[in-house]
Amino acid sequence: MRETNGEKIFRVVVLVVLTVFVVVPLYVMATTSLKPLGDVQSSFSWIPSKLTIQPFIEMWSTVPLARYFMNSLIVTVVATGFSVMVAILAAYAVSRWRFRGRGPFMTTVLSTQMFPGVLFLLPLYIIFVNIDTSFGVPLVGTRLGLIITYLTFSLPFSIWMLAGYFDGIPRELDDAGKVDGASNLGILLRIILPAARPGIVAVAIYAFMTAWGEVLFASVMTTETSRTLAVGLRQYATQTNVYWNQILAASLVVSVPVVVGFLLLQKNFVAGLTAGAVK
Amino acid sequence: MTSTTAPPSQTTENEEPQAAPPAPRRRRTWFPYLILLPALVLELLIHIVPMVTGFWMSFVELTKFFIRRWTEAPFVGLENYSIAVDINTPVGQGLLNSFLVTLAFTLLVVGISWGLGMAAAVALQRSFRGRAIFRTLFLIPYALPLYAAVITWNFMLQRDTGVVNHVLVDQLHVMDSAPFWLIGGKAFTSVVVVAIWRMWPFAFLMFMAGLQSIPEELYEASALDGASPLRQWRNVTLPMLGAVNRTLLLVMFLWVFNDFNTPYVLFGTAQPAAGDLISFHIYNASFLSWDFGTGSAMSVLLLAFLLIVTLVYLFITQRKEKRNA
Repeated sequence: MRETNGEKIFRVVVLVVLTVFVVVPLYVMATTSLKPLGDVQSSFSWIPSKLTIQPFIEMWSTVPLARYFMNSLIVTVVATGFSVMVAILAAYAVSRWRFRGRGPFMTTVLSTQMFPGVLFLLPLYIIFVNIDTSFGVPLVGTRLGLIITYLTFSLPFSIWMLAGYFDGIPRELDDAGKVDGASNLGILLRIILPAARPGIVAVAIYAFMTAWGEVLFASVMTTETSRTLAVGLRQYATQTNVYWNQILAASLVVSVPVVVGFLLLQKNFVAGLTAGAVK
Repeated sequence: MTSTTAPPSQTTENEEPQAAPPAPRRRRTWFPYLILLPALVLELLIHIVPMVTGFWMSFVELTKFFIRRWTEAPFVGLENYSIAVDINTPVGQGLLNSFLVTLAFTLLVVGISWGLGMAAAVALQRSFRGRAIFRTLFLIPYALPLYAAVITWNFMLQRDTGVVNHVLVDQLHVMDSAPFWLIGGKAFTSVVVVAIWRMWPFAFLMFMAGLQSIPEELYEASALDGASPLRQWRNVTLPMLGAVNRTLLLVMFLWVFNDFNTPYVLFGTAQPAAGDLISFHIYNASFLSWDFGTGSAMSVLLLAFLLIVTLVYLFITQRKEKRNA
């Protein structure tokens, strides 16, 4: 099919407008992180007066950024790992068995997506305090508490997406495995999982991004020692000077792993969405 | 969420329950429950029990006097609710204002994000040199951690050192004096723009995934009939994206209406009235005044509103779907 002039104009206009909209903040973030402090305290300039990597060095000592970074990394990686495992098991059950309570389970799980976070923030905190005092499991202000919370946040979407993905894997493969004497778990591990790789990667990306970027619960449920980046970056603003160049340098550094990971794996994400959500 | 209750599957949904599982596995029905258990326990602990507790909290007087002995907080019936909705008091007025601000915010953010996402997906539907670069670039705002993106916008919107005033006042001269973007009336514009910047790539992603499943022949056929690109979009693209659209609009609505993070990172605790989004409003009502009973009542009202909107939405879209089928 040939492209009409109208289509071409539409395409150019859309792409130019959206590129400017997307790029300006990224440009500001990147260039500001390379500016000396004097530049960010006066009127904005598109070109830095001089390029310096000083902000990237000083940002580690202005606030304990390394500690926040480690906290975020531990919380996110552990939460993602467990979330994916739990979601795989649940999605396997939902996809392969028509058990009693299957429908209500999915409805309930998905409707939790609707809950306003503020509604269960305080109750959850109180429940954690009670578990802490009654059973001695340290959930309050610890990384463990945050891990359990975050791994649940990504579950509904993950279960739903994976169940859709598993549904697309022919049951004949299960039956073939059965004939070879594989157990239910064996079928999951040796037949379903290899076939569902893109879906699993997509779910892992989603879980990682959810945990890495969460702000509300992190701001209430962490203490100075367990503080994550989402809250930690605010500490730059409480200093006597607002070190904007360091703040944006830190923002850039904490973004790079997630953005690069997402962009490398985006094909899986789109494939996962196509199989699960979009059909 | 009825439309999403049953995960999309290859088999038809009205199949007899017994028909789906292979015969040998029907006997050991404990297995699905066993592997469902971790998910069930977590959902109960983190979502369901706290929600029920929050519901209970909305009926008791949970002020700072009772927060340490919260089980002894006196039952007050619907008093928290009547405080929250009494528009003759500052509390009720604040909530009403916040609700209206959030409604306008949500309609603008969802509507514009939908439009931008659709425009970008259609503009990138046809393959050309450099398409992959645009696809990647447009997904960056979505991939960026929310706080990193919003902090950058916060810097851009600073009155004296930000890029927005630099462009508007110094370079384009559309404004005579530099306005404040993060306090006062302009805060609404700011939070809308920032939220759109974050949200539209998600719409783009969903549309992009949806467009891949439209067969090229449909376009060829309608081109033979002499349909213009705009007509093709209306008669082929839009109907074929129906399923994506239904899910996307609902999900975006719920996310945007509940958005806490964007205003929290953008404004800090000094929330301007024009950007007083409801999640943040309830957070402040609970944690600043230490009145968790009223805060919970407000949350329950918010949930009830979202529930009604969702049910009405599902009812309408499903009836439409049935009519078309």
